[in-house]
Amino acid sequence: MKRSYNFTYHITEGFRSIFTHGLMSFAAIFMIVSCLLIMGSFSLVAVNLESKLGDLERENQFLAFVDESYTREQARALEEKLLGIDNVSTVTFIAKETAKADFAAKHAEDNHAGLYADLPDETFRDRYSVHMTDISLLQQTVTAVAGVEGIAGYQAAPEISEGLVLVRNVATAVAIILSVLLLIISLSIIYNTIRLGTFTRREEVAIMKMVGATNGFVRAPFIVEGLILGLVGALVAFFAQWGIYEVITKTVSTGRAVELISLIPFQQIAWTLLGVFAGAGLLVGTIGSVMALHKFLQV
Amino acid sequence: MIRFLDIQKTYDNGTKALKRVSMRIDDGEFVFLVGPSGSGKSTIIKLITGEEQASAGRIMVNGYNMGDIRPRQVPYMRRTLGVIFQDFRLIDKKTVKENLTFAMRAVGASPREIKKRIPYVLDLVGLDGKGERYPGQLSGGEQQRVAIARALVNNPQMIIADEPTGNLDPDRSLEIMSLLEKINELGTTMLVVTHEKELVNVFTKRVIAIEDGRIISDETGGYYKNEEII
Repeated sequence: MKRSYNFTYHITEGFRSIFTHGLMSFAAIFMIVSCLLIMGSFSLVAVNLESKLGDLERENQFLAFVDESYTREQARALEEKLLGIDNVSTVTFIAKETAKADFAAKHAEDNHAGLYADLPDETFRDRYSVHMTDISLLQQTVTAVAGVEGIAGYQAAPEISEGLVLVRNVATAVAIILSVLLLIISLSIIYNTIRLGTFTRREEVAIMKMVGATNGFVRAPFIVEGLILGLVGALVAFFAQWGIYEVITKTVSTGRAVELISLIPFQQIAWTLLGVFAGAGLLVGTIGSVMALHKFLQV
Repeated sequence: MIRFLDIQKTYDNGTKALKRVSMRIDDGEFVFLVGPSGSGKSTIIKLITGEEQASAGRIMVNGYNMGDIRPRQVPYMRRTLGVIFQDFRLIDKKTVKENLTFAMRAVGASPREIKKRIPYVLDLVGLDGKGERYPGQLSGGEQQRVAIARALVNNPQMIIADEPTGNLDPDRSLEIMSLLEKINELGTTMLVVTHEKELVNVFTKRVIAIEDGRIISDETGGYYKNEEII
């Protein structure tokens, strides 16, 4: 019963403190919103980039050509060997006739299209389209596939995959570094707000300690204050992020680059983002408050 | 009950505030602690409230051994004490009732307990009908009554009054001291630290005189005799 009285009291006192420190509370919320928005925007760029790279990875493949001296049956038999190689997810056999037809179709608009149709099937070789699990292991996979007896050559562009992996890694690293930095800034703001709170309420705190309030009781309203600041900041940042994202999505979808840049719908990431924002806000609020109170309220 | 046994207190800067002090204050007693500035009175109060630890010796405060009390137990020990200061230390932006409510909430009292206890205490200290006033709207004597009410509101075993009449005129001082005597008669142990010779001598209570960190006299029903220590 006593706990419920205390709970209500701490919540009330926490809210009261926020209004008492009006300008400082506003500044703290504003800074948390700003930090989360910057962090969120960058993370959303990273998420979209990751999604795009994922698509590209799924599409990523290279061609492995079968030795011309191999019969169709022998060529088909290579499939199992290829699937046994690490990082190879799927292989698709393409017969030389199909390869020729695809080539002709691809160049149907060319001036010399007629010439391609007349090419003999032997001009092309049977081949496998090899799909990988991890694009960053392209070079090793190609070398392993080339080493299989019956594979006479390959066609791959490792520099493209390496470039894509580099972009993704850089984006992820920058997102993490920026997030950590902004979290530290937010922590420092909460810390200072709560320190100010303990300073303005030092008389009350001294009286509470004098009459026998436990440290937990004295600390609770300040922690509640930090939690509320963090949570309100997180909620405001979430809705602001939503609005900004929708505006950007609309702008992109009406632009010419629609095919090149397609953004993930916000609804698809909304709950995750809300969870991350709320978690970051609550964490920053709690840690900031606890740090600010640590020495101040020793018995 | 307070018990000091061979207490020594040396501060970090080397000042020897108390030198082998032994005393005992039983439940229900009214004791004046007198002495000049720097004699060790404040150190005794700090040792009782747990703000300072003794360098040597043993202190018992209302059943708590202050030598090996855990930090977690200190708040519960403090609930057995009520402390009154010369400068009242009231929260100016809170009304009289809110000041008392604040003290009760701090120890986890329920709204029902608060509602029942505050009118009783206000009546006891003679502030009936002034609960909605702010400290700034009260006289010095009335503000000290609020401080006494706050010290009393959590029903402590003992009240420690540190120069409670230091900011009051002689008439108000006498009123406050009479109030403390009345509270003592209701069963609360009273330790009053004061400089005021005339006031001490009006009330024939036990007087412990301290000088240079040592108890120089301890007489029940005594007077503040030593002119040198005024």
